[in-house]
Amino acid sequence: MLSIENLSVKVEDRLILRDVNLNINVGEVHVLFGPNGAGKSTLINTIIGNPRYKVVEGSIYFKGKDITDMPIYERAKLGIGLAYQKPPEIPGVKLRDLLKIIARVDWEEIERMAEILKFKDFLDRDVNVGFSGGEVKRSELLQLFAQNPDFMMFDEPDSGVDVENIKLLGRIINHLLEKDRKPADRRKAGLIITHMGHILKFINVDRAHILYNGVIACSGSPEEILNTIIKYGYKRCIRCYQRRR
Amino acid sequence: MLSKEKIERIRRAAEKYRDVPAPYGEDIDLSKYKVEGGEVEINSLEDLEEEERAKLENLGIDVREERTSGSYLQINNNVVYTRAKSKVEILPISEALKKYNLEDYFWNLVEIKDKYTARVALERTGGFFIRVPKGVRETLPLQTCLLIGREYTSQNVHNIVIVEEDAELNIITGCATSPHVKSGLHLSVSEFYIKRNGKLTYTMIHDWGEKVHVRQRTGVYIEDNGVYINNYVVITPVRSIQSYPAVYCAGENSKATLQSVVYGRKKSKIDLGSKVVLSGRGSRADIVSRSIADDNSEVVARGRLVGEGEEVKGHLECKGLIISDEARLYAVPELDARRSNIELSHEAAVGKIAEEQLLYLMSRGLTEEEAVSLIIKGFLSMDLSGLPPTLAEAVKRIMDITLEGL
Repeated sequence: MLSIENLSVKVEDRLILRDVNLNINVGEVHVLFGPNGAGKSTLINTIIGNPRYKVVEGSIYFKGKDITDMPIYERAKLGIGLAYQKPPEIPGVKLRDLLKIIARVDWEEIERMAEILKFKDFLDRDVNVGFSGGEVKRSELLQLFAQNPDFMMFDEPDSGVDVENIKLLGRIINHLLEKDRKPADRRKAGLIITHMGHILKFINVDRAHILYNGVIACSGSPEEILNTIIKYGYKRCIRCYQRRR
Repeated sequence: MLSKEKIERIRRAAEKYRDVPAPYGEDIDLSKYKVEGGEVEINSLEDLEEEERAKLENLGIDVREERTSGSYLQINNNVVYTRAKSKVEILPISEALKKYNLEDYFWNLVEIKDKYTARVALERTGGFFIRVPKGVRETLPLQTCLLIGREYTSQNVHNIVIVEEDAELNIITGCATSPHVKSGLHLSVSEFYIKRNGKLTYTMIHDWGEKVHVRQRTGVYIEDNGVYINNYVVITPVRSIQSYPAVYCAGENSKATLQSVVYGRKKSKIDLGSKVVLSGRGSRADIVSRSIADDNSEVVARGRLVGEGEEVKGHLECKGLIISDEARLYAVPELDARRSNIELSHEAAVGKIAEEQLLYLMSRGLTEEEAVSLIIKGFLSMDLSGLPPTLAEAVKRIMDITLEGL
């Protein structure tokens, strides 16, 4: 569904990503680990099409189309969605109204999802205004549900969320990504950024990558990768990457 | 009724200021705008022509008068309709002057000191007189409409509202031109009196032709525990508006809230201010303004809090969005403290739409234009507290209509 080839990205003349290759097929969910500043946010901002992130080399293909130069809203229309880590406040715009504008599913379903997320009381609040960390996450998931994209990215969906709610959010993400369906019925794909991966206990992830210093240093099964990080830290990954080269 | 001395005083002041420009706003050549009369009275707001009715309805006016406590309609300079449906008294100002001694109310809060006030004093002038009797707390809104129905007409208005002790009223004023009319001049003088424990909510929505000039002079006087809430909405293009109402919180614990929503578009020049003088012990004021300058517009948002009394408190909030490089947005918040144990504060912020907000909405599938219009709508709809639900709906509706063309 999403294929990234030899991607290098600059932000304000600083090269952040170098020669990144990534392939995510229909039905797959990948997770991206990496220390702060490794370029994780740069990668998803580039995929979503934020114009501040300049592709200097390589290409991004989505559903077979080259979207490298496609504007942000066209990518959204094509089926790419992002649950932001720290979304901006939109004062005066009710969450309900925004959901109705972006909705590609019936309103009844959105209301049902709001109920599951224990977020119904927030429909008449201004988007993200005064939301706590956990409330932001629920709002983002609800919007993503309404938008119903085929490829979903989640930027730190568990940061600032208490243990009890991590389980709820994890299960919803798993549901959004259709991991609760039979493999043959899965039409979605996803990419999750997380620091420590508590939330991964509730999501069926297929593959994990480590982004370090702007390169994908290591890829493998989620357990493998997570264990490596816990055991040796990120430094080990870069040595391994250099050896491979 | 007015004393001979008062009439003479008014005349002399008006003669003196007949050609004197106002300190703010562009100078208008009054000779281009005729003061005419001759409009015929109607028996119901539903007698209006279809397109005028539709226009008033868009401003939140209940043309069927089902949920109102009274109505007033002035076309050009003629009062063509008044109807009281409650204990609230409503009269054309000309009749009120015959019926009551208005010595202490007429030209009492507003001074004649420019050519606009002079014209209202000297020439044919309409306007409403509304009196809420003591103890009457009316929940249904009273609606007043001021319509300009002909090109290059000078509409002159002198309004007086008296809210007696323990009384309450909610007035909605819709100001508009007939749909085919583009030009005009609206000159108004408004003097509002809120007696002890009284409350007045006054909401004004403008929808003028693109070449209309508006000059308004307003004074409000509040006694002990009185409350005044003012909402001022202008979101359709106009040639110019200049208004700087003064509210006097003279009574103990009196309270004033002034909120304005301004969307400057095309070549609109809007210079809008609010001034509150806090002299009553423990009096309070909140001034909130939201302004947007788009296209080639010029928007000035003035605010002035004067602290004179013991333990008074005032806050001024002024937020502006500037959308176009050809527009200008000028915010002038002023605090004037004349005593030590008072609390006055202000916050003003002017800027463009944050790119982060745009990208956020665009990543949900909105085009840039859709995202801008949603952010603008949100910005303007914010914090208009104290609006009755029907009026809040009207404001939202007129905003939707306005923003459709973006």
